[in-house]
Amino acid sequence: MLGKSIIGLENFSPDEIRLVLKTAREMKKIISGGVKKLPNLRGRAIVNLFLEPSTRTRTSFELAGKYLGADVVSINASTSSIVKGESLRDTLMTIEAMGVDAIVIRHKAEGSAEYATQVVKPVIINAGDGAHAHPSQALLDLFTIEQFKGRLAGLKVAIVGDILHSRVARSDIFGLTKMGAEIHLAGPKTLLPRFFEFDGVTVHENIESAIKDADVINILRIQLERQQSGLFPSAREYARVFGINETRLRLAKDDVLILHPGPQNKGLEISNAVVYGANSAIHEQVQNGVAVRMALLDLTLNGGAK
Amino acid sequence: MSIHKFHANINDSLIIRGGRVIDPANKIDKIADVLIIDGKIAAIDDDIKMKPDHEYNAIGKIVTPGLIDMHVHFREPGQEAKEDFISGSKAAVAGGYTTVATMPNTSPVVDNAALVRSMVARADDVGIINIKIIGAVTKNQAGLELAEMRDMIDAGAVAFSDDGHFDDNAKIFMNALDYLHGTDKIIICHEEETSLVKDGVMNEGRRSAILGLKGRPSVAEDIAVARDCLLAEYTGGRVHIAHMSSARAVEIVRDAKKRGVKVTAEVTPQHLTMTEDCVNPTDASTKINPPLRTQKDCDELLKGLIDGTIDCIVTDHSPHAAEEKDREYIYAPSGFPGLETSLGILLTDLYHKNKIDLPTLISKMTYEPAKIFNLDAGNLSVGSWADVTIIDAGLEWIVDADKFYTRGSHSPFVGRKLKGRAVATIVHGDLMKLL
Repeated sequence: MLGKSIIGLENFSPDEIRLVLKTAREMKKIISGGVKKLPNLRGRAIVNLFLEPSTRTRTSFELAGKYLGADVVSINASTSSIVKGESLRDTLMTIEAMGVDAIVIRHKAEGSAEYATQVVKPVIINAGDGAHAHPSQALLDLFTIEQFKGRLAGLKVAIVGDILHSRVARSDIFGLTKMGAEIHLAGPKTLLPRFFEFDGVTVHENIESAIKDADVINILRIQLERQQSGLFPSAREYARVFGINETRLRLAKDDVLILHPGPQNKGLEISNAVVYGANSAIHEQVQNGVAVRMALLDLTLNGGAK
Repeated sequence: MSIHKFHANINDSLIIRGGRVIDPANKIDKIADVLIIDGKIAAIDDDIKMKPDHEYNAIGKIVTPGLIDMHVHFREPGQEAKEDFISGSKAAVAGGYTTVATMPNTSPVVDNAALVRSMVARADDVGIINIKIIGAVTKNQAGLELAEMRDMIDAGAVAFSDDGHFDDNAKIFMNALDYLHGTDKIIICHEEETSLVKDGVMNEGRRSAILGLKGRPSVAEDIAVARDCLLAEYTGGRVHIAHMSSARAVEIVRDAKKRGVKVTAEVTPQHLTMTEDCVNPTDASTKINPPLRTQKDCDELLKGLIDGTIDCIVTDHSPHAAEEKDREYIYAPSGFPGLETSLGILLTDLYHKNKIDLPTLISKMTYEPAKIFNLDAGNLSVGSWADVTIIDAGLEWIVDADKFYTRGSHSPFVGRKLKGRAVATIVHGDLMKLL
């Protein structure tokens, strides 16, 4: 994967996904070890270009780069020249001219990461482009599922909530179906994309049938502004009809794994008890996120060997 | 490619020898010579004996009335970085067009007689092709108050449109139809119900579901077309549906026509030949409103074009500056320049694939639009202005943005290998050779 830009899991082969997960397992050992500093990317420079707010993804990429010995600089929307009206092309070319090896980009515009690959030469890693893709999040979801379930193939994975606006859902669907999991989607019809028909993906009429006997439930964040734009009437009703709480959770398998990309709206899409319950791997996901991002940076910038 | 003036003196006589003359207005389709004297068609005959000042050998080529495009954006006044009357006129000549009508969504909006008058004068000044002026239906195209359409008619406006957006306020739109009663002017309607397409950048369909881009559902067009057909029926007013893109909307127009409603419709080459699958979010050239839809829509549009539900073909020539289109898909403006590729696309993707015959195709680009807009153009009748397009239907060429006359650069047709194009364009007897 040396030199490969990471745009979305639609352009990953199952073998490439396995390689990332395997490398991430090695990286995870380092994070939990004492001295978190590898020489792999010493002398390499990475810029995190975050044109949309983010805490965990940005910090996660930043630490991942630093643990591997790279020099990492983060640029936020509010401090970038984008606010002065500089175009994305010129911003990217400016960063490239400073000699960086990789640009990690978060942007609300779908296709912006792929656009970046056409504009500049450094490795581009998509840290979320609008509602299109969030490959590192999907890979950490796969990593977490495999960690707890020992496999991906044959698992019943429910993804519930705002599928329409979710880059996480799209990347999860591509990644998981490639690895042989079956996907079950549910949420209010207003938050489900129309014409979403793929092999291995079932769209359900209600939450209950989607999560029935599920091995994994990935609960997507509901943005509160969706209520103002008329997509659902109230947080209270959403929680009652579509929220994942302990009662509803009983429909799934006893050892169902609960994922959430965060940040959570407790009491809306997920109850407090489920966030902190025995089935929750939400905090494990965050640690795994660093390992997966280390794997991606090492594989694309260093070839992953050694 | 470059445009060469063939002869200096417009009063010189010219014979176009031996081409296949297709003049749908006069139901002519035969090999003939066309004689032009004093800028007017003097004769069309099998073998004209006289010795003119100039001859053009059109053997193996097609000779048609100058093409008409009633839907272009020449961006004057105010947006000259995108296009102006000169660059737009040259693009028209290169594409075989001799008459165009400009949409009023400029800065400022063309919504009053003073502006119409200045643009008519500017069109005369530039004088490369015939440029007709379309005025706004409502002040500033805001959809709130009627613009002074009767003043604009007297100043030379040929039609009215709030193109670029749908007039959500049904009462204002109905008033506009009523207010034009007694004139021969039509309202050209951009048909997408606003609330359903808000923030949308491509067709709502399987492709948008994968890409995560926000959709503009076809039902938004269907609702708008249905409303305007109903209002045309109710008021007796004349409605012209701009750039149709939805299969269902074609059915609605077909039904309205059967009921005798005064509705006409147009379609673009892109909506006839491209689908949502062409959308790539790294290249905003495919971003247009209404959006590229599905193969089923393309098929129904073609069916409607052939059965007469859709009357004419327009380009919706919408150039933007390169830096405006070279950016994130969601931020780029909609539209691309179409004048220089339209004929080539239609010949390549429809005529050469036996989906349409030449007389029908030419009629949709000459006679039909002239009829809808009451233009003195679109035919080769003896005595009329000699606006003529000479087409080489077999000429192969590759679309190259560097060779465009338009200031717009981003077209989804760039790089395509096409078969057929205009090789000479004559405006009022003034022959401009293109190759």
